[in-house]
Amino acid sequence: MKQEWRDFRPGSWEREINVRNFIQKNYTPYDGSDEFLAPATENTRELWDLVMELTRQEQKAGGVLDMDTRIISTITSHGPGYLDKNKETIVGFQTDKPFKRSLQPYGGIRMAEKACADNGYHVDPEVSEFFTKHRKTHNAGVFDAYTPEMRACRSSHIITGLPDAYGRGRIIGDYRRVALYGVDRLIEDKAEQKMTTRSTMYSHIIRIREELSEQIRALQELKELGNIYGFDISRPAGNVQEAIQWTYFAYLAAVKEQNGAAMSLGRTSTFLDIYAERDLAEGTFSEEQIQEFVDHFVMKLRLVKFARTPEYNALFSGDPTWVTESIGGVGLDGRPLVTKMSFRFLHTLTTLGTAPEPNLTVLWSVKLPENFKRFCAKTSIESSSIQYENDDLMRENLGDDYAIACCVSSMRIGKEMQFFGARANLAKCLLYAINGGVDEISKKQVGPKYRPVTSEYLEYEEVMDRYHDMMEWLAGVYVNSLNIIHYMHDKYCYERLQMALHDLNVTRWFATGIAGLSVVADSLSAIKYARVRAIRDENGIAVDYEVEGSFPKYGNDDDRVDQIAVEVVHSFMNYIRRNHCYRGGIPTTSILTITSNVVYGKATGSTPDGRKAGQAFAPGANPMHTRDTHGAISSLASVAKLPFSDAQDGISNTFSIIPGALGKEDRLFTGDLDMELECGPDKACAIPNLMHGLDRE
Amino acid sequence: MSGRIHSIESFGTVDGPGVRLVVFFQGCPMRCLYCHNPDTWKISGGLEMSVDEILALYDKNSSFYKKGGITATGGEPLLQIDFVTQLFEAARARGIHTCLDTSGITFTPKHPERIRRFDRLTASTNLVMLDIKHIDPQAHQILTGQHLDPVLAFARYLDKHSVPVWIRHVVVPDITYKQELLYRLGHFIGSLHNVEALDILPYHDMGKGKYQKLGISYPLEKVSPLDREEAAAARQIVLAGIQDEHHQKNCHQLLEAN
Repeated sequence: MKQEWRDFRPGSWEREINVRNFIQKNYTPYDGSDEFLAPATENTRELWDLVMELTRQEQKAGGVLDMDTRIISTITSHGPGYLDKNKETIVGFQTDKPFKRSLQPYGGIRMAEKACADNGYHVDPEVSEFFTKHRKTHNAGVFDAYTPEMRACRSSHIITGLPDAYGRGRIIGDYRRVALYGVDRLIEDKAEQKMTTRSTMYSHIIRIREELSEQIRALQELKELGNIYGFDISRPAGNVQEAIQWTYFAYLAAVKEQNGAAMSLGRTSTFLDIYAERDLAEGTFSEEQIQEFVDHFVMKLRLVKFARTPEYNALFSGDPTWVTESIGGVGLDGRPLVTKMSFRFLHTLTTLGTAPEPNLTVLWSVKLPENFKRFCAKTSIESSSIQYENDDLMRENLGDDYAIACCVSSMRIGKEMQFFGARANLAKCLLYAINGGVDEISKKQVGPKYRPVTSEYLEYEEVMDRYHDMMEWLAGVYVNSLNIIHYMHDKYCYERLQMALHDLNVTRWFATGIAGLSVVADSLSAIKYARVRAIRDENGIAVDYEVEGSFPKYGNDDDRVDQIAVEVVHSFMNYIRRNHCYRGGIPTTSILTITSNVVYGKATGSTPDGRKAGQAFAPGANPMHTRDTHGAISSLASVAKLPFSDAQDGISNTFSIIPGALGKEDRLFTGDLDMELECGPDKACAIPNLMHGLDRE
Repeated sequence: MSGRIHSIESFGTVDGPGVRLVVFFQGCPMRCLYCHNPDTWKISGGLEMSVDEILALYDKNSSFYKKGGITATGGEPLLQIDFVTQLFEAARARGIHTCLDTSGITFTPKHPERIRRFDRLTASTNLVMLDIKHIDPQAHQILTGQHLDPVLAFARYLDKHSVPVWIRHVVVPDITYKQELLYRLGHFIGSLHNVEALDILPYHDMGKGKYQKLGISYPLEKVSPLDREEAAAARQIVLAGIQDEHHQKNCHQLLEAN
């Protein structure tokens, strides 16, 4: 066995690239408490102070501190960059210094130029010329192929957020492979895959051979990235510091090449814990040192930055990178995948303070250890920064080595990838159904000229009938727009490094998305259970609605309306399924607009539920704001009725609650009451057995 | 038989242990000056609901309530004692934890027939959250519009029947935020044996908006909310009262033993 693999329990992971097998054979479940955790070191605090200072400078400078305008970002484009070389235990930045945003034109030169210009920088004219005249971008390819109908849907926002001008993201490389195997072994594997393709040169075989060559080239560059920082990552990592560093280099290479909206990390903590346990046993590192490595790793993940336009930031309410790390969950054999490293990752919210990135996501199961659940709850209360997802639900389909990309998109790491698909605005689609394809804002004929609804009061059956026709049309134009996008992305902006960290035969999820579900459900409910009068303009276009009477509203655990929401999701997904999807993609959908609900609402006219033009949608699958009046459980129960089998790319519910409404913190309970009564500072302990198991200081 | 229900909260976390289905009963004889649910006062009105309908809501989402249960509050659930009894009996038959949140105001120790009804209710009640508004009889009358006697009698009755009780008390500046009153309250609580928790709450004015909606003037317009530190200080005084009561009792027992 390799020296780096000493003391690891053997398994098929030695003979084949199989990180899951390595984890299952070697990890040490931890069901203890958070007591073992170490605080931030002085180095960590000083480094973080530097970060905070740079953050202040960045804000002062209007949101961007520095940008590349000439150097095209590649895996090896920059020399080393540091915050403070002597203090950093995990190193590497996207450019030659922190807070400097890289130039990534392969997705689209116009977007790259605009991102610079909007922030007061200017892309070198030579670069602009090169990517306009000599090297085509993804964006240029897409617009060569779009139909006029697709462009109309795009500009009227019935289909929105399409990744047609920058990286599509949502692909998670198995960055752990680099740590476990070293890059050379991975190159060997890819070379073997290339050698064993079919020899008849069908076009898809040619494409695979070309892609494998690109993957091998990317892996070679990855080794070079290690060299730039003084590391030999051709070999496996030999301890936990190296394992974190190797994993981070792999991730760093990905974000140097791709600027996708979501560049997620995967599920690294329990993998890394195997190295930490060995180092602790061997006495190589102390707990304090290991926490320091994790803190510095997380610090780097917090500093991933891309050049974005103000419109982009408005859409996502900030400057997110969705560096999602999935933590915990339960294995197929029933053992929780919680390790000490799961605690250490969440502990960074304390050592470094709270932050939205990396997007720490706990894969929640009722079977997680009680101590871990408590720690999660405590950290959530203190930081408001943990995302929770239902492992018991996802494990059934995805096993125990999947991770979340972005906020809810699940995929088996290294075995599945996703074609990110933005979303269709189903609320606007309902208005198109009523107005015969005419956009309620621009008044242009965007959709097909189907017969509009002309009655003053809307009839449920009629509207529903038209709505189905319009959804069918929308699904078609939507999926086909995505077909173009993903074809061109593969062609001009291929994720060679990330795909090098995948198996040869990957499952491709063809993701779509839905926006405005609760608006649609309530609108249809209003039409069905109350009376909705359409108010039309001089051309007969319905531009507003008046609701007479009350109607059941989504979010109150009321089947009359909840089942409408279920039916809409099911029907739309079925219309999606009937379309051809690029590259054998398996269609899925998500209901997850977490921040963009505001922008989609802005682009949508008044709806039959009484929502006025321009008003925000509810985020994700949430009920509309203030319409859920029966408490949180009823609200969640409505959301929980949505069929996961029809929305396998995820269903999100944004939930906020004031801490006081989650329970009493200052109520005295039995034991406490007796304690306080009998064992006050100047009282003798009259009932000593009450003190059992309690700390005495 | 059906009850008149003001509303139902599916995610109650402060009205008894765990996550609970909280049933707000319509109607209340008290007119507490700081009441934050004046919309539950009216005896008539509310939604007619049967025991089965309420329990169906519980069953639908019972996985959330595993460590919780059902709480009857209001308004004053004791105004509909027969209905709340039916609800609790049916709940207990299914193994559901039941909690009665009450002021105890309808209790009367004198009528044997009414005592029987209370006996039946408490037999299927796991926990009573008893709200003692004021420990001084005259001031209680002014604060709530009702006598204090039934409240204290109910507390003693629960003690006698060993029904677990959480005591709740709202500390209002100028009205109950007085050392002597808090100490007296402690003495009384200290004389009980069934108290499991003590909740000393600072007065807040978040109910104000409801008064406006209902077109009634808010009686405590001039009283400012109490902050948490003051409530904590108030609790210490109540605890001192409880301690001294316990201590006296111990001394008394020691004397008797000698």
